Amino acid sequence: MSLALQTFSTVKDANAALQAAGTRYLGGGTLVVRAANEGDVSTSSLVRVTDPGLSQIAVAGGNVGLGASVTMAAIASHPELAALAPAACAVGGPAIRNMATVGGNLFAPAPYGDFAVALLALGATVVNEDGETPIETFLANRDTSRAIVTTVGFALPGAESFRFLKVSRVKPKGVSVLSIAALLELAADGTVVSARIALGCMADRPIRATAAEKALLGCKLTPREIAPALAAAGEGIAPITDPIASAWYRTEVLPVHLGRLLSN
Amino acid sequence: MAKVPVQFTLNGSEKAEFIESGTTLLHALRDKIGDTSPKGGCHQGTCGACSVIIDGELRLSCLTLAETCNGADIKTTAGLAEGGVLHPLQRAFLDAFATQCGFCTPGMIMAAKVLLDRTPNPSRDDVVEALSGNICRCTGYEPIIQAVLVAARANSQNAA
Repeated sequence: MSLALQTFSTVKDANAALQAAGTRYLGGGTLVVRAANEGDVSTSSLVRVTDPGLSQIAVAGGNVGLGASVTMAAIASHPELAALAPAACAVGGPAIRNMATVGGNLFAPAPYGDFAVALLALGATVVNEDGETPIETFLANRDTSRAIVTTVGFALPGAESFRFLKVSRVKPKGVSVLSIAALLELAADGTVVSARIALGCMADRPIRATAAEKALLGCKLTPREIAPALAAAGEGIAPITDPIASAWYRTEVLPVHLGRLLSN
Repeated sequence: MAKVPVQFTLNGSEKAEFIESGTTLLHALRDKIGDTSPKGGCHQGTCGACSVIIDGELRLSCLTLAETCNGADIKTTAGLAEGGVLHPLQRAFLDAFATQCGFCTPGMIMAAKVLLDRTPNPSRDDVVEALSGNICRCTGYEPIIQAVLVAARANSQNAA
């Protein structure tokens, strides 16, 4: 491996260094060092930032700000982020969770990036030097993004309204067959007032299940009433095929697991 | 490639080396310092054989650049035995036949050590979760889980 690591104390300086060809940002290392170990020679230089602000978790007034360097382990153990713990704990084993960061997860290709699926369902905002970007826009353009993510913000969901499910073949920690996150607002009578559903492994990056979301509105979460939403879940998806599962298999089991997530 | 200085504590001893920038901690430990207890398995963060404890946290040395460990406190399995006496986890792995080829054992033991440091009396589920990032191709995991539970019981008996 031939890599040069540059360390900066500020994001601004690191952003400038990141513009050089062959340079990537080093967060927890679970993506870029892995790529280098696998023989990716497109990266010759790594940039990192030691600003402790990037590792801060801020919870105030019902809003959450996660620094890009916050790890999955830090989220899983934070007392005010219990609703997000299942999504954070879905990322790798204990050692990976001590290393994998919020910022890195936004760039993780399927079948990885389970936490980004949760952030997509939460309607998070991604902050970098270019300003704030809705996560859908950010994910769509992430391959060409050259600015270091500093923070991810979102409204803290209630334990009742946020649901997350990761399906894997190896228990307790295997790579995703698929992952689903749902943010549901229910009326007093149990009718769905609003729904955001995000899917992992149903494309090369997390995507919304917009047809299913629309079909859920006005429904109660009974098997009969959610059936149209389950039927619509496959619209617009292009699942990945990898050693874990084929695209066909992922397509077939998506409505089953979405049904379980909504019915629980 | 420019060499950079790296300084950290390894199993209680100060280490200072010049390494090539971009060197992983795994390579630095094995090839520069001579601590071969962390094993290079997958180099992808999947097998856990290279697990070490950095500042009290379990991490994968194959995905950690050595330069980022300046000033850190690093523990490997090689540093667990004291005065020729095996650590209770090491003893339990031997007694419970939890090691066959032994390649995964150092990583398993470091993962188990972090668990027992934080949860002295873990449940079986706790042990399974703690070892979930470590792959073994020989034993089928059950002897490993039992070894960790035995070590935990031994620890609690010693404390009582």
